[in-house]
Amino acid sequence: MPTFFDVLRACFEQAPDRVTIHLAQSRQEDVAITYRDLLRGAAGFARVLAAHDIRQGDVVVLIQQHGEALIHGFWGAVLYGAVPSILPPLTEKLLPDRYRKDLAALIGLTKPRAIVTYSAFRGEVEQAIHMAQRAGETRCIVVDGVASIEPDFAALGGSTCSEGDIALLQHSSGSTGLQKGVALSHRAIFNQLNAYAPAIELSDSDVIVSWLPLYHDMGLIASFLLPVLLRTPLVLMSPFDWVRAPARLMQLTSKYKGTLTWLPNFAYNFCATRIRERDMEGVDLSSLRAVINCSEPVYHSSHVAFLDKFRRWGLQERALATCYAMAENTFAVTQSAIGQPIARNEGGGIGNAGQVSSGRPLSNVQLRILDANHVALPENTIGEIALKSDCMLSGYYHRLDVTAQAFHDGWYLTGDLGYVLHGELFVTGRKKDLIIVGGKNVYPQDLEHLAGEVDGVRAGRVAAFGVFNESAGTEDVVVVAEAESDDEDVRESVAEAVRMHVTRNSDVAVRQVVLVDSRWLIKTSSGKVARSANREKFLSEMAE
Amino acid sequence: MSSEIADPIATYISTTILKNPKRGIKPDEKLISSGLIDSFHLVDLGLFVEEKFNVRIDDSELNAEMFDTLDQLVALIRSRQ
Repeated sequence: MPTFFDVLRACFEQAPDRVTIHLAQSRQEDVAITYRDLLRGAAGFARVLAAHDIRQGDVVVLIQQHGEALIHGFWGAVLYGAVPSILPPLTEKLLPDRYRKDLAALIGLTKPRAIVTYSAFRGEVEQAIHMAQRAGETRCIVVDGVASIEPDFAALGGSTCSEGDIALLQHSSGSTGLQKGVALSHRAIFNQLNAYAPAIELSDSDVIVSWLPLYHDMGLIASFLLPVLLRTPLVLMSPFDWVRAPARLMQLTSKYKGTLTWLPNFAYNFCATRIRERDMEGVDLSSLRAVINCSEPVYHSSHVAFLDKFRRWGLQERALATCYAMAENTFAVTQSAIGQPIARNEGGGIGNAGQVSSGRPLSNVQLRILDANHVALPENTIGEIALKSDCMLSGYYHRLDVTAQAFHDGWYLTGDLGYVLHGELFVTGRKKDLIIVGGKNVYPQDLEHLAGEVDGVRAGRVAAFGVFNESAGTEDVVVVAEAESDDEDVRESVAEAVRMHVTRNSDVAVRQVVLVDSRWLIKTSSGKVARSANREKFLSEMAE
Repeated sequence: MSSEIADPIATYISTTILKNPKRGIKPDEKLISSGLIDSFHLVDLGLFVEEKFNVRIDDSELNAEMFDTLDQLVALIRSRQ
């Protein structure tokens, strides 16, 4: 089996003039990046790593804005034989202090040899390195752009990598998520791509269009590694541009005759309600053969809204598809049949009538539904989804303890609940108290900890959970906290303080903060706040 | 500040975006750079303003440099009417 390096080298030698990425940037002309451009830029970046004394196998964290520096940095690290990990830069809403603390914690755990960033962000990175007491061991390398050079493949460190070596690390967000870097080998990633390509019927005529961030598995694997390594042209726009101008995705699809795109469920609602007709003039979506709903629970209502909106611009119903994926399995676990209607629960049995299937397991994935004692359950019974495959993570980086806990008898325990019906997987919920907002995993304990830091909130008496918002197509984050004061005005200001503090220190905007009397929250026998019980209580007593 | 423009926007922000009708929005309060309105709701706010005041605000103008406070948004709308 090849490594990334071998495949890149073959692309460079066999198809140098082929465009691999059309990079779309707001208010600028699109940039067409050929394999020659890509690997010359990557080789230039590898030279920067060499100049900073980086060694083969070292972790190199990339914190760059969405653009050429990030793309060249990623593939440059691969050519060099380093292990790249892409992290998001600071966003407008997040407090710099919080970002720095999370980054410092990650540096302390992952111990990267270098963090590569852009000049305006250097101060943040250097402070985080200092906080982590890694000055001298973790370097901050500033790269705003590199001079391309001809790659000397024989001399590049990546040539000595083998298929079992770690190819990259992937982190999910938040204080808790950053502590678990998913380490994936070259072999695991190619096994995933080789199984996933036939599942989506990938062919030479495909064009992938994406606005997804590269620090997320759906963006990184399906919409970056897959197209570059399998020579499928990619049209790539920035997530920040998409959020502000979602119509750009449709315009780019039309311009490049895009055939495949992946979206989290909320994006269907977001596009259906936020895109103006005037921005769709001349747009033709008939080239799309699969719009794949992935990375958060799938809702039929979101598909209906999306189809109703875009049918008149050529979107075909049979293009709607679903997928169940996770970073620990590199990406896809299941995929619905392309070009076929998505299976739904017809009612009369287990689960909710109308529920949308996530499809069937990929050819290299074995799937089981387990009961609480990890015993396999028959079809049509809800339990924890467990899987085995040849594309699983090598481990959580530097976290052998957490890795061991994630498996039982060789089966990876996903923490998701679901059932299998006629061979199709239906995901019903989560065993772990995880909130998924807009495709991002959010750990409630992070939010509860933050809310507990606000004056006026009773210590340890906070519950955070998600409540599905049908119009948004995703979960709203609700924080319920017991207040120290009975005074309405005081509670009002405490609620506002909780909202701002949690929003600015986490990856989500809190939608609702409710202050309640002492002893309102239900605790478990071990004294922990019972999130799901409190969620039920909130829904029955105070939801709108 | 012209309240016939500012008031409906303040009500929209507190009621629909923040889900807290009792919360006032100060004319000079930072809305975007403070994180009060996230990027998803910024698009909603843009659509609301277009429809309510019959002005055109492009997606590329939805950012803290164009307006960050209610005052600045009102001024932007007036300049378009």
